[in-house]
Amino acid sequence: MDVGETTDGELVALCRDGDQQAWSTLVERYSRYVYAIAVQGFRLPEPDAEDVFQDAFARAFERLDALRDDDAFRPWLAQMTRRLCIDVCRRRSDAGEEPELDVEDPSDELGRLDEALAVRDALALLSADCREILDRFFTQDETYRTIGDALQLPPGTIASRISRCLGRLRAELEGRKTMVLES
Amino acid sequence: MPITSYTDERVAELLRALPPAPAGWVAAAAELPRTRTELDRIVELATADAEFRRALIEDLETALRSAGFAADRRRVVELRRRLAL
Repeated sequence: MDVGETTDGELVALCRDGDQQAWSTLVERYSRYVYAIAVQGFRLPEPDAEDVFQDAFARAFERLDALRDDDAFRPWLAQMTRRLCIDVCRRRSDAGEEPELDVEDPSDELGRLDEALAVRDALALLSADCREILDRFFTQDETYRTIGDALQLPPGTIASRISRCLGRLRAELEGRKTMVLES
Repeated sequence: MPITSYTDERVAELLRALPPAPAGWVAAAAELPRTRTELDRIVELATADAEFRRALIEDLETALRSAGFAADRRRVVELRRRLAL
């Protein structure tokens, strides 16, 4: 089975059966999300963010049997990550490292991250070429020249390819939106 | 989730919102099942072999490396917890 195309619920079931690759896929799928909750949602410094990142996945792995709905892995992981972040903020505040304790409700930011994750899900449906060029340009901040060198494309064609792929991504997202509205 | 209109700018902003996590963090998290299995094995060894347990108590990091195990910070912290050191 190609675990890259399986649902979260299927991956969780495979993990319970000891499938190492399924676990790696879940980690890959949600690593950006957990990282963003820690560093963008709660603005944790990197060392604390790393602890939260590792603890969130470790807890998820240890408690997979306690997950009631396998398809709810993402919100379950997000909830654990948020709790860990709040614990870190409180600890930092108690230790005087965070004079202005900022455990204000970051739900707006977390909502934006959920939406960003939906965009990444849609991105996964595009061709490998589109995925790579959009990821390199938008999330890795690479220049046209760097992208051109890496993908062996003339730099002059990069902008039009990005625009075309962005259009395809928007079409995927608009399709999803229509499905949500119709359901 | 709110239904929003996806302009190019909005999609670009959302793509930028999820940069990759550091590769080392992702690799360590992906290795969790193997790490847990190895930690279980170390605890079993420490239970069965008094000399190994003494070495662990004396100098955990050195004993782990001598026995051919990795001794990174998280692993050491977890082993200290499991072995009540």
